[in-house]
Amino acid sequence: MNEYVFKLFITGQTARSEVAVANLRQLCARHLNGQCRVTIIDVLEQPEEAESNRVLATPMLVKVHPPPVQRIIGDLSDLEKVRANLGLSW
Amino acid sequence: MANVQKQMEKQLTGLEGFDLISNGGLPKGRTTLLAGTAGSAKTLFAVQFLIAGIVKFQQPGVFVTFEESPEDIRRNVLSFGWDIAAWERQGQWAFVDASPYPVEDVVVVGNFDFGALMARIEHAVNSVGASRVAMDSLGAIFSQFEDVAKVRRELFRITSGMRKLGVTALMTAERTQEYGDIARYGVEEFVADNVIILRNALEEEKRRRTVEILKFRGTQHQKGQFSFTVRPDDGITIIPLSAIELKQKSSDIRTTSGNGELDAMCGGGFFRDSIVLVSGATGTGKTLMTTEFMAGGVRNNERSLLFAYEESREQLFRNANGWGVDFDAMEQDGRMRVVCAYPETASLEDHLLHMKSVIAEFQPNRVAIDSLSALERIATNKTFREFVIGLTSYIKHQEVAALFTSTTPSLMGGQSVTDTHISTLTDSIILLRYVEMFGEMRRGLTVLKMRGSMHDKDIREFTIDHSGMHIGKPFRNIIGILSGNLLHVPPADMDRIESLFQQGA
Repeated sequence: MNEYVFKLFITGQTARSEVAVANLRQLCARHLNGQCRVTIIDVLEQPEEAESNRVLATPMLVKVHPPPVQRIIGDLSDLEKVRANLGLSW
Repeated sequence: MANVQKQMEKQLTGLEGFDLISNGGLPKGRTTLLAGTAGSAKTLFAVQFLIAGIVKFQQPGVFVTFEESPEDIRRNVLSFGWDIAAWERQGQWAFVDASPYPVEDVVVVGNFDFGALMARIEHAVNSVGASRVAMDSLGAIFSQFEDVAKVRRELFRITSGMRKLGVTALMTAERTQEYGDIARYGVEEFVADNVIILRNALEEEKRRRTVEILKFRGTQHQKGQFSFTVRPDDGITIIPLSAIELKQKSSDIRTTSGNGELDAMCGGGFFRDSIVLVSGATGTGKTLMTTEFMAGGVRNNERSLLFAYEESREQLFRNANGWGVDFDAMEQDGRMRVVCAYPETASLEDHLLHMKSVIAEFQPNRVAIDSLSALERIATNKTFREFVIGLTSYIKHQEVAALFTSTTPSLMGGQSVTDTHISTLTDSIILLRYVEMFGEMRRGLTVLKMRGSMHDKDIREFTIDHSGMHIGKPFRNIIGILSGNLLHVPPADMDRIESLFQQGA
């Protein structure tokens, strides 16, 4: 199974959150052929989720699958850098 | 308009000593920076701040940890007997775990903020109804991110967010040296209003822990460094020495020194709430005077407490027996207690706290310390001076009669460090001196000072036998006893000098 599983933590529906969501969608559509399952978690609504995942700064992307688990903090504005860090080198 | 400027309200912390030196606690609803070097007990202070809130004021607290995991903190403070897990179960303590992820590196791509951290703190504060927040320690969060200026800005938002929550907060930060910048990473720039500094300085090869309130904006506090100690059973205790006020009462009721002849020399005994310093070289009879002072108290149905730092119980009891005093029977009777300790077993701060707790528990009418100067060797001059001030003011507040002994370094004449520090604090000073006379060592005694009373000005000879101390006649034909430079004056010359004074008068 080549599906990617992501969690994206945001704090409220801010401009910065929207930038991060848009960037993640772009990453999935352009580089992962849509083979993505994305859960968006708003820390303001689910603080327990933030607590158990020890989220400090947002936006924060967690790649849950495939292993290893990786975390990237920021609004993902540099997709090349995101890809490089996730090991998506095609 | 009249003066509308209001003093910043304070929140009593419940930390012993701190509420005194801070004139009532931390600025309420504000964040205070607690800066210190590694090992200066910052985390412990932060933990105790929350515990005191729960235990003494039923104020729940939130602990935000950037460095150690909650599990580590729970385990580390268990040794003090504090069960954080139990308070967590009771909904009085909540952790916000912001400690670094164990394995992964944090990658930053693009813009971010600490909104999530603020949301978690807010959630934790609301869920336990916290009025206190401790954050420990900021250095760890800076080391996670490259952009220091950005982290500083974000932390500033956190402190403003906490102000909105109305919590009284303590934020710890590292320092690299005891005297220098307030904290690393320019942390003070965003919590500049209130700063406390903990120090663990090495002075003359001895560690000295101190706390200093550098500033509290808009409110008063005591200035300068105050010693504190970390004890295994109750953690940090601050010893507020110069914060103690001089408001002890003074009475003119006399109490016996335990020796009738000495009472007569002092104009009818010591005052009931005075401090007497007995100074002399080794072997001049200081322990004997202490013993008689104790025995005299017990004879008058007073409770007598002796702190001995030079001899063991066995030695003390045997010596007392040799002078006809039975400490054993007096202790069994319940009116006397002997506390023996070797000075090196604890720091001076710990000795002081121990003495205070014994005094508070035993409620003595008189206290003796034999010898105060034995405690000199375990501390720096400065610490010893503070100790003496703290001890004397505590004892004066208890309104008990106290007798301290001090050993002078040289056999003939001289003065000890103890004498220098304490002489102005004591109400009376008695000097014991060796007097060399024609190949024989005799002993002399004089009452050098006695506040508020007439006293005998002679230097009298005294002898010691199986029934104690016996004070006799003044040394008439010797001068220079106190300075140690003895000069024997033939009786004929003596008479001539005395008649000379009479003629002149």
